[in-house]
Amino acid sequence: MTEPRQAAGVPAAEDSPRPVPGEQPSRAPAAWTDVARRAGGRMAAASETWLLLALVIMIVIFTVQAPGKFLTLTDFSLMGQDAAWLLVMAVGETFVIITGGIDLSVGSLLVLSGVTADLYCIHHGGAGASWAAIAVGSLIGLATGCAWGAMQGFLIAKGKVPSLIVTLAGFIAAGEGVAYLITGGADFRTVPNRLVNTIGLGSVLGVPWLIAISFVVAIVGGLVLAFTQFGRYTYAIGSNPEAARRAGIGVDRHLIKVYALSGLLAGLGGILSLASFDSTTIAGHAFDNLEVITAVALGGASLFGGRGSMLGSFIGLAFSTILLEGLVIIGVNQYWQEVAIGAALVAAVYLDQFRRRQRGAGRVRWAALWQFGRQRA
Amino acid sequence: MTEPVLEARKVSKHYGHVLALDEADFTAYPGEVVALIGDNGAGKSTLVKTLVGAIRPDQGTILVDGAPVALTSPVDARGYGIEAVYQDLALAPDLDSAANLYLGRELYRIPFVRVLNRHAMRERAVAAFAELGIALPDVSVPVGMLSGGQRQSVAVARAVAFASRIIFMDEPTAALGVVQRGRVLDVIRRVRDRGVSVVLVSHNMPEVLAVADRVEVLRMGRRVATFTAARTSVDELVGAMTGALELSAGADRGSAQ
Repeated sequence: MTEPRQAAGVPAAEDSPRPVPGEQPSRAPAAWTDVARRAGGRMAAASETWLLLALVIMIVIFTVQAPGKFLTLTDFSLMGQDAAWLLVMAVGETFVIITGGIDLSVGSLLVLSGVTADLYCIHHGGAGASWAAIAVGSLIGLATGCAWGAMQGFLIAKGKVPSLIVTLAGFIAAGEGVAYLITGGADFRTVPNRLVNTIGLGSVLGVPWLIAISFVVAIVGGLVLAFTQFGRYTYAIGSNPEAARRAGIGVDRHLIKVYALSGLLAGLGGILSLASFDSTTIAGHAFDNLEVITAVALGGASLFGGRGSMLGSFIGLAFSTILLEGLVIIGVNQYWQEVAIGAALVAAVYLDQFRRRQRGAGRVRWAALWQFGRQRA
Repeated sequence: MTEPVLEARKVSKHYGHVLALDEADFTAYPGEVVALIGDNGAGKSTLVKTLVGAIRPDQGTILVDGAPVALTSPVDARGYGIEAVYQDLALAPDLDSAANLYLGRELYRIPFVRVLNRHAMRERAVAAFAELGIALPDVSVPVGMLSGGQRQSVAVARAVAFASRIIFMDEPTAALGVVQRGRVLDVIRRVRDRGVSVVLVSHNMPEVLAVADRVEVLRMGRRVATFTAARTSVDELVGAMTGALELSAGADRGSAQ
């Protein structure tokens, strides 16, 4: 980290999310189901609004606690760079979680992809590797993540093995197994200088490359999720796979694609991490999966599938990143950070359950109607 | 006599040792509501699944407009303008009604990269609901938030919007209250009046007589009788279903149509 960061485009928290107008849950408990019904599709959006509010409050608290240190552009820029690979992986994880699955393997695929990418570069120029060699190495890294992800998707979709098990196995096999087999247990510390100095440390139009790449990926991912058939099918499968199947959607194929996408983005994360750390950091990403899942869940995605948004995941990641950074700045013991992440994950899933129960009110009434109809028939 | 729009001839289906369909016949003519009735286990579901392409029969022929067809999947059947409203509705609760209506058949703004045309889907969904006289407060509300009757309407509207020949409805009113039940029956009549046939699977005899033009009765995997709805009664139907009535007479009367 040599260059001072300009960070023109980084005020992540204030600028990018657009609060959704209206629909704050009512305080009157009597109007509960009514509100839930009217709020309808805006529920997810409402949860984004709440999270954004919490984020702003947290920033205010940290700013007051550590005046002049916390709320600076440099700080946001550094946070953005530290979280770049997490953001990229959160994009893939958002798709996976909306299908009703989970991908625990992302951090390990990041490591493995970084290792395979660097392995090629080491043998083709080492620290002085040309851009062509870096490009080939990067493609190898991306292909590693994508192929591993697709394999996991195949086992989940065709083999009907729960995603929790498949990707947990992938997490261990790729991160603790294959990555160590290739490196022999010691990090590769020869990373092409061009990669490190440009992607890792450089800027484009005043924006650090790491931030530029991860933001572009997040924006493209968000557009795909919200506006294309791919996104629509992702929601449909997470919402009711049987309905999707009967509607003629190739559910298995789509799931394989989603897990392949998650693997591919973990591979991209691997390149970013490699460039940033100048090392393969094989032991440094063991908890990435939890951080990513926490961010996505905080952002309003339901672990039961069918709901979530890229904007939500982005705010969720901003929230957890700023929380950790803030704890460091106000001088809290660093081990508390792990506790904070764990607590945030449980809180996010609890909120999800809470929202589901709210919606369930309509279901109960429907079931009663059904009973009634049966008796009459 | 008009050509049947959809016909099953001597269709059989085994499940292990159980003979679910035993050379069953079924006929639906254009622009009619035909009720398919039978006791539990008579083979109604199996027959319907066969006709919508969900299962393949062991033997027998299915004809669309008089020509034999092989229905290997529901998507196949849809290609022939055959749609179904399932009892569980098969909706995605987190998607809105417009999205559910077009699920698997989305409209695109930029087809090359599969960018959805949400505006067009929404507008046409509103039109489709209006045409059926279905009042939905807002097509952009997730269907999980709708009432049972409204969900039913969405499922029916989806089938109607795409069916050019025939719609199967499996117990479409079982989950509904009295008012909503009346509305669904209205919709069935309206669909028929547009020239699309409706196959109504129901246990509710008064309802069958109220809406159907003809009734076909299944018992133990075969068609045992057909009736013209206007000239039969609940007692006669129940008799045919249970086998209490010996039916050469009933069957004759039906085929005289």
